[in-house]
Amino acid sequence: MTPLLTCKDFLRELSDYLDESLDAEIRAKLEKHITECPNCWVIADTTRKTIKIYKGMEPYPIPSDMQDRLMAALEKKISAKK
Amino acid sequence: MTVSSQASVEEITLVTQAREGDTRAFGELVRRYENKIFRLAQHITQNREDAEDVLQETFMKAYEHLDQFKGDSKFYTWIVRIAVNQALMKLRRRKTDKSVSLDETIDTGEDTIVREIAAWDENPEQQFSREELGEVLDSAIQGLEPLYRSVFVLRDIEEMSTEETAEALNLSVPAVKSRLLRARLQLREKLTRYFKRKGDDAFAYL
Repeated sequence: MTPLLTCKDFLRELSDYLDESLDAEIRAKLEKHITECPNCWVIADTTRKTIKIYKGMEPYPIPSDMQDRLMAALEKKISAKK
Repeated sequence: MTVSSQASVEEITLVTQAREGDTRAFGELVRRYENKIFRLAQHITQNREDAEDVLQETFMKAYEHLDQFKGDSKFYTWIVRIAVNQALMKLRRRKTDKSVSLDETIDTGEDTIVREIAAWDENPEQQFSREELGEVLDSAIQGLEPLYRSVFVLRDIEEMSTEETAEALNLSVPAVKSRLLRARLQLREKLTRYFKRKGDDAFAYL
């Protein structure tokens, strides 16, 4: 019989579990664990939501004045190098 | 040929042209990545002025050292590496930031701490205005150690792979994974304070 997963084992694999980068056998064990352990289910669910919220953050484009300053600084640098 | 492979072929051409002194080709590379580099710098430094400095320094250094870009990694990974180094250097110089310790030894995730266990609503972010949500997310990231912060930003915000993140931060793959796990768990912990389902305070799972 394969030994049962502890919550600590579950936590250690959590990132790879959420990234879906585990092989089927370990994945099945983790899935079995969260159906039986409400704490780990909540941790997995809220960690997944944490990642989702950050991924959904809208990128703020660079303000155009900052872009102009960047280009001006680079041009100065490039002409000094020539 | 897929769009992405077309884009990367073109990118190699741009880098070659820039290396030969074509400033317009370099300008095109800057335009492609300036938004991403600025966002990354802003997340790591948590300071707009510093982020602007990092943005300029990154592209200046990239231009200066273009001949050192070997082409065995993506150009983007290469400039991210420069940007992260510049950003971490800024934090190190900022004396007021007492949380900065870049050489700390971190063990491998055995003692990841979970204190708050409370369920969230399905889309908890919808209860906040865009500005409020931005503040909550920024302040949570700000509370992370700079190296955790960097790993999280590259993996989960910029969506780079574990291998690319390891390359950009000069870390091993297991080190990236253990820092990512801790960063995710720490952010989860901080966000739970804002996002937990109402009424769950009194509900103990343990």
